[in-house]
Amino acid sequence: MSKYTEDDLREELKTKEYEYGFYTDIESETFAKGLNEDVVRAISKKKNEPEWMTDWRIEAFRVWSKMKEPEWANVSYKKPEFQEIAYYSAPKQKPKLNSIDEVDPDLLATFEKLGISLEEQKRLANVAVDIVIDSVSVATTFKKTLGEKGIIFMPMSEAIQEHPELIKKYLGTVIPTSDNFYAALNSAVFSDGSFCYIPKGVRCPMELSTYFRINEGGTGQFERTLVVADEGSFVSYLEGCTAPSRDENQLHAAVVELIALDDAEIKYSTVQNWYPGNSEGKGGVYNFVTKRGLCETNAKISWTQVETGSAITWKYPSCILKGNNSVGEFYSIAVTNNYQQADTGTKMIHLGKNTKSTIISKGISAGKSQNSYRGLVQINSRAENARNFSQCDSLLMGNKCGAHTFPYIEVKNKTAQVEHEATTSKIGEEQLFYCNQRGIDTEKAIALIVNGFSKEVLNKLPMEFAVEAQKLLEISLEGSVG
Amino acid sequence: MDLKEKIVSSYVAFEDGVNINSDIHEIRTDAFQQFEKLGFPSKKLEAWKYTSLNAILKEDYSIFPDNEKSINLADVKQYFIHDIDTYKVIFIDGKYSSFLSETTHDSIDVCLMSSALTKAKYKPIIENYFNKIAKQDNLTSLNTAFSKEGAYIHIPKNTEVEKPIQIINFTTGTEAATMLQPRNLIVVEQNAHVQIIERHQSLTENAVFTNVVTEIYADRHSTVDVYKIQNDHISASLVDNTFIEQQSESIVSVHTFSFGGNITRNNLNFYQRGEHIDSILKGITIIEGKQHVDHHTLVHHIEPNCESHQDYKGIFDERSTGVFNGKVIVEKEAQKTNAYQKNNNILVSDKSTINAKPQLEIFADDVKCSHGCTIGQLDEEALFYMQQRGIGIKEARALLMYAFANTVLESVKIPEVKDRITKLIANKLNVNIGFNI
Repeated sequence: MSKYTEDDLREELKTKEYEYGFYTDIESETFAKGLNEDVVRAISKKKNEPEWMTDWRIEAFRVWSKMKEPEWANVSYKKPEFQEIAYYSAPKQKPKLNSIDEVDPDLLATFEKLGISLEEQKRLANVAVDIVIDSVSVATTFKKTLGEKGIIFMPMSEAIQEHPELIKKYLGTVIPTSDNFYAALNSAVFSDGSFCYIPKGVRCPMELSTYFRINEGGTGQFERTLVVADEGSFVSYLEGCTAPSRDENQLHAAVVELIALDDAEIKYSTVQNWYPGNSEGKGGVYNFVTKRGLCETNAKISWTQVETGSAITWKYPSCILKGNNSVGEFYSIAVTNNYQQADTGTKMIHLGKNTKSTIISKGISAGKSQNSYRGLVQINSRAENARNFSQCDSLLMGNKCGAHTFPYIEVKNKTAQVEHEATTSKIGEEQLFYCNQRGIDTEKAIALIVNGFSKEVLNKLPMEFAVEAQKLLEISLEGSVG
Repeated sequence: MDLKEKIVSSYVAFEDGVNINSDIHEIRTDAFQQFEKLGFPSKKLEAWKYTSLNAILKEDYSIFPDNEKSINLADVKQYFIHDIDTYKVIFIDGKYSSFLSETTHDSIDVCLMSSALTKAKYKPIIENYFNKIAKQDNLTSLNTAFSKEGAYIHIPKNTEVEKPIQIINFTTGTEAATMLQPRNLIVVEQNAHVQIIERHQSLTENAVFTNVVTEIYADRHSTVDVYKIQNDHISASLVDNTFIEQQSESIVSVHTFSFGGNITRNNLNFYQRGEHIDSILKGITIIEGKQHVDHHTLVHHIEPNCESHQDYKGIFDERSTGVFNGKVIVEKEAQKTNAYQKNNNILVSDKSTINAKPQLEIFADDVKCSHGCTIGQLDEEALFYMQQRGIGIKEARALLMYAFANTVLESVKIPEVKDRITKLIANKLNVNIGFNI
């Protein structure tokens, strides 16, 4: 890192299109395109799922087939053709793994390219990683260490086999199958994902991490994550995403459910770097994700997200503050460049007394992109002394992009204290000039200023991610100067 | 028969009373078709998410109130700003009252829409300005379809109107339920200056539904100040659609004071079509009971170097509901725009609700735009401090609330209007103090 100079960065920015756009030639098994009840059943069968799970999927499918795609978001795109998507794609050689040595060397090479060296992470970062390629979990590291603490961290498909009681109890409780169009679709066809359970009073000794990648063309990725933190426990969870560069639009419709029981805390961080399409706006991933957390008494859920990828982002990580004294937080940086469109934000639903929520959202738009913040703060009539602070700042680069703010504030209790503020501005000429005077070129100066603008959110990321996120910001804004 | 059907079937009767071979009537017919297609807004529309008209649409309104009724000046004097000399355009049940009014054609025109729409002399102005900026949405279209009467104000170049103009719509309530659709047009030419006070007042407890449309054109360097006083009976509902187009270096301010009425919806739209324009939107809302006030504002920044300032304060007691939906659009040509939007609310009761949706849509990069929205309570320590010094709790609260709303009152330019609003606030807060601070 020490030898990395400005020249290197400039060179990198010049040549860099999308770093993670390679395609790994792993033999994979893909279902024929299209979706009907038989496909849902086939996925379920493929996964060896018990009957209750199959029924649950079928129920979701029936609900989905009656639903219409939502159109309220401030984005415009060609709607995905749901019958043109293959709903299951899995790397064929899927060994049951106990240690990293058993992983297919080709896959390992893929991870090397992604910069996630499992070995290295094992040794240095102390992160337990669950890697999901094309919706199937291929490797879970550190299982043993976690097992000693009673922590369950495994692919969803295995969890359904091994811990059906937990899955039955919690799956779909925060985001019911009928919640929205994409959540229903996900419930019907999800192929894998991660499941995590932290037992009572346990503080998870390491960061848990899931890495998602869409590899196969013409497929959608539908993973499902469920994190349950039992009473008094703590977990920090990371999620990263990439996809190969393709001309077609790929669909990613994930569901993440978090459940923080009494006194528990969940910190969920995402660095989303799906392929955003090329500079003409061709291709890219449609990222339609439903994320929601439920807080019981004294619990805390904190969402941190860095969104730099995807052609279309449609994502609202939310907190239901059900228990008294529970806390919800949302820290977000959304960067859009070229033809990207992002409509993202959060919902804070205050139900319990003395509940608190904080929303810090930073939007950066460049190129011809559109960046919207859409958020809801709802204080219900029984939520005494609820407190919310929201701040949405937007930074615009050039006059071809747009920044939009759509906050909804609904308050039904007189003791509530709600503050919302939003600002929109550009990078000051003086600031750039100051940097230039001191020998910092414009590109680098912008990176510096953007970093400063995003600091409040970057600070919330775990160390390993913060470095990656900072670099991602620079790359995403490449060529947006002037 | 629901209200829409009733309105649709009564259109023929309406056509009997107007010249159906005029250009104006073509505009009306188009608008009528538009309304027939759209119907009344429902909560499914994003713009009406927080306000339902269902309850007031159930009434059996009489759409064409009967013949002229007269009222005694003494009975209604309290609704005028009477301690200063003003021009007055007064309507009773939608019909012009020459007895109460004071109009003029001396250098400026302060008169009636009905004559402006029919007389040849006004034709150039009507052709240029009538129904040009009003939206084609449901309620505005409904008003356009039935547009016939209202205030017509035309201020020529370089004229400073020496006294304010009051536009008051009274309903006598002799009908069980009355629906009114006044249509106002205000054209202010270059360098002219005018102040307008607008009020809707029903005189009995019978239901009233007013759907008013006002179009205001402010030419270069002109100044227009509008004060809307809404303190009607609890049985009266109002949908106020105001559309304002501004040219370079004009300043238009609209102050809306909402203290009364059943459901009040203010659609206030500003379109800036020149540079160095200032648009000011301010409002105080103090309501209780089951009242509902919805401020729906739009400021469209189209050209560079303009400003807009929004400041809305709300105090909500009992089961009342407040809505603030503010939208600022900055087009990509509108560089160097300064747009400010502020909405502060106090909930006094556990049953009251506030729904706020302050939105920004920005396509230009060199702009300063901000919005702030807060919901909170009175400072307990400040209340305690005042109580220690012998000020009763009720008065202490009122003082704090008055101070809270004062940023809006500060910019009221007519002292008599300011006094009147101050009294209304004292009355509304149920205290007998003058707030002479």
